[in-house]
Amino acid sequence: MSTTTFPAATLSLGNRFDRSPGWWAMVWTIVTEASLFAYLLFSYFYLASQARAPWPPRGPLSLELALPNTVLLILSSVAVIWAERGIRRGDQRRLRIGLLVGFLLGLAFIVIQGIEWSDQPFGPRSNAYGALFFTITGFHGAHVIVGLLMLLAVQVWAWMGTFTEERHLGVTNAAMYWHFVDVVWLFVFTSLYLSPRFA
Amino acid sequence: MAEVQSVETAPAERLERIWGTEPGLFGILGTVDHKTIGKRYLVTALAFLLIGGVEAMAMRAQLAGPDLALLSPEEYDQLFSLHGTTMIFWYALPILSGFSNYIWPLLIGSRDMAYPRVNALSYWLFLASGIFLYTSPFLGQAPNAGWFAYAPYTLRQYNPGLNMDFYALALIFLTVSTTVGAINFIGTVMKMRAPGMSLNRMPIFMYGTMTASFASIFALPSLSVALVFLYLERRFGFPFYDPAGGGHPLLWQHLFWIFGHPWVYIIVLPAMGIVSEVIPTFARRPLVGYTLVAMATVATGIIGFGVWVHHMFATGLPPLSLSFFSGASLLIVIPSGIAVFAWIATIWTGRPVFRTPMLFATGFIVLFVIGGVSGVVTAAVPYDWQVTDTYFVVAHLHYVLIGINLFGVMAGFYYWFPKMTGRLLDERLGKWNFWVMFVGFNLGFFPMHIAGLLGMPRRVYTYPAGLGWDGLNLLTTIGSYLFALGILLFLINVARSRRHGESAGPNPWDGGTLEWATPSPPPPYNFAVIPTVRSGYPLWEDRLGRLRGAAAARSVVTRGPVLDQGRETVDTSALDADPVAVLRMPQDSLWPFLLAVATSVAFYGAVFGAWWLAGLGALGIVATILGWLWPRSLEGGAVA
Repeated sequence: MSTTTFPAATLSLGNRFDRSPGWWAMVWTIVTEASLFAYLLFSYFYLASQARAPWPPRGPLSLELALPNTVLLILSSVAVIWAERGIRRGDQRRLRIGLLVGFLLGLAFIVIQGIEWSDQPFGPRSNAYGALFFTITGFHGAHVIVGLLMLLAVQVWAWMGTFTEERHLGVTNAAMYWHFVDVVWLFVFTSLYLSPRFA
Repeated sequence: MAEVQSVETAPAERLERIWGTEPGLFGILGTVDHKTIGKRYLVTALAFLLIGGVEAMAMRAQLAGPDLALLSPEEYDQLFSLHGTTMIFWYALPILSGFSNYIWPLLIGSRDMAYPRVNALSYWLFLASGIFLYTSPFLGQAPNAGWFAYAPYTLRQYNPGLNMDFYALALIFLTVSTTVGAINFIGTVMKMRAPGMSLNRMPIFMYGTMTASFASIFALPSLSVALVFLYLERRFGFPFYDPAGGGHPLLWQHLFWIFGHPWVYIIVLPAMGIVSEVIPTFARRPLVGYTLVAMATVATGIIGFGVWVHHMFATGLPPLSLSFFSGASLLIVIPSGIAVFAWIATIWTGRPVFRTPMLFATGFIVLFVIGGVSGVVTAAVPYDWQVTDTYFVVAHLHYVLIGINLFGVMAGFYYWFPKMTGRLLDERLGKWNFWVMFVGFNLGFFPMHIAGLLGMPRRVYTYPAGLGWDGLNLLTTIGSYLFALGILLFLINVARSRRHGESAGPNPWDGGTLEWATPSPPPPYNFAVIPTVRSGYPLWEDRLGRLRGAAAARSVVTRGPVLDQGRETVDTSALDADPVAVLRMPQDSLWPFLLAVATSVAFYGAVFGAWWLAGLGALGIVATILGWLWPRSLEGGAVA
């Protein structure tokens, strides 16, 4: 009969790899949030399928602001990826600059989204379409703001010298969340802005 | 890093100092000990069970005879809505989370859950959301549209007052608690199992709560969306459900039941898991069909997402859709049947000892079959049309929720109470407790099937004499009061045995799983040395020889690494549970409590439309999260 246990002495303190408990916590948070958006979009398509009036009531939304704004958001993700790759090599400068650029591009997205909101000829009370448009983009906007707060916090901690080549879960998690917010936007954009053009 | 030691030589005092919670207010509000949190969950959920039970008794008094006027119609509406909401949301899952929180780390040879502070947060949010919900009856404005709250009856024009605002916000509030709790359970399953406890050696209870947690993170957002729409429509006039503005009342039903049916499995699968732990111990043999039961558990969770329309058969949906969902609903019989037959086979081929936990577990099987059969028949569309919104459905759902939740919970209490307190519950009183509950329950709830078939609609506050319902209703009232007496016997047993019960020792039932390897009650650090697991029943290996999933090597429970350089435990890989790293677990912290307080402030602001208060709460939420996450050094928690 063998009585071997495992060699604890060879294990590292804390998790050096991406798949630590904290990493998984963010993954499952994102999964549940993604489900939330799936149900929001389900509601959109459900009410669209049941609508007796034209949907959207005034025809497809203009892409004039939304399309460049989408590009802006994707670019912000690119900047955050660049930052994260930086800290993986221990490059603090790249981390700080990348996070700052990502944050500013995200901020620009929110400002333009505000203009987009005020430009709409309908409001959330006008009809079910309006309620959905403002609620879905509102939910997304709220997530962008949460993501921006994360990027800001991580930015501050980056300046404090918190992150190292080996330990930077905060950056990884904030970056994951930010990419999630961007990917969700692609679904929202496709559903709200593009799908009526092909209906 | 400590090398291998035996339980006897491990520095218990030092571990006690490292893992113990400080006495005093900070310790009370700041503890992250999963055992304390688990007990709090159990006690709080029991309190909600009692509150919901008293509400039910008031209703049964009103329905005891025809044309009674103990309650006004509005009072009755609020009572059945509060009763359902309380039982289904604030009792049924939280009580199971209580067991999972307390037992899991012990069952898997860990020193804590994966995210101890999130665990504390999930409890505080649960408590705060319950307080929030129960603010409403004190304002005379409790929810009044039933637990599933169909639109358009819930819209402001038909339902002014704050009743349904409380409903919507209290549930969103609870959803946050349940979601973070679910993530904690999933993280724990994935990372915290003792070295060697590969997925095929993991207890079925783990599978139950794990499946429920996965289902929660996919299903709860649907409820949240439905509730946010409801709140926005009531408070700001966004027309999601009102057809006058292009909305649709059925949107609510879809969103609610997409969540609602998985929820049924969420609140029974962990209880089925408890029973799968209890039965082998008292049948004196390993569970029959372990792998099948594990797979059936997961399959039930998955199929549960494809059956929601069977709650909507009577809404005029196209026949094709009805057929699909009817078929999917019938499919559930297969995994449920696997579990039932596995339990029966375990008892059949074992040498069963009918102590109280086993009585409740076998009662559970009987009620599962009755509730299952009344469920299968309603999966057939024409039958469903006949009984929709009658007492038949009320009977069915109570057989499911009391039978497959509460009886499992009672089995769990009798089984693990000695582990939690060091004392056994009284056996004689326990047998009385079981039989009074079992007889009372069947006496009370079986006649509801018949009342339903005779056409008695649910949710009526009274009924005229002479419809053939009088005797049945009286019987239901008598039975349910008897059932309540059974619960009272349980409370008496707990109160007495807590102080005067027979001393339990570490393993009073001669169980085979890891929780019985620790003292009762367990010390704050659970295990003095980290065990290594090689089979599904580490404590039975000497007697059983090689078990399914057992390696040639034996489990080692009494020797292992001590890990005493701070709050440390082992991080293992998700499938094979190979040790990956040593984790430094967090210290006690006030942030979870403060975050729950800030969240409360935000929700009270939202329900009363006091936007400054809601804003203050939101700021508080951001501030507490920042404080919580503010970087500390990894070694910060070390105790010299």
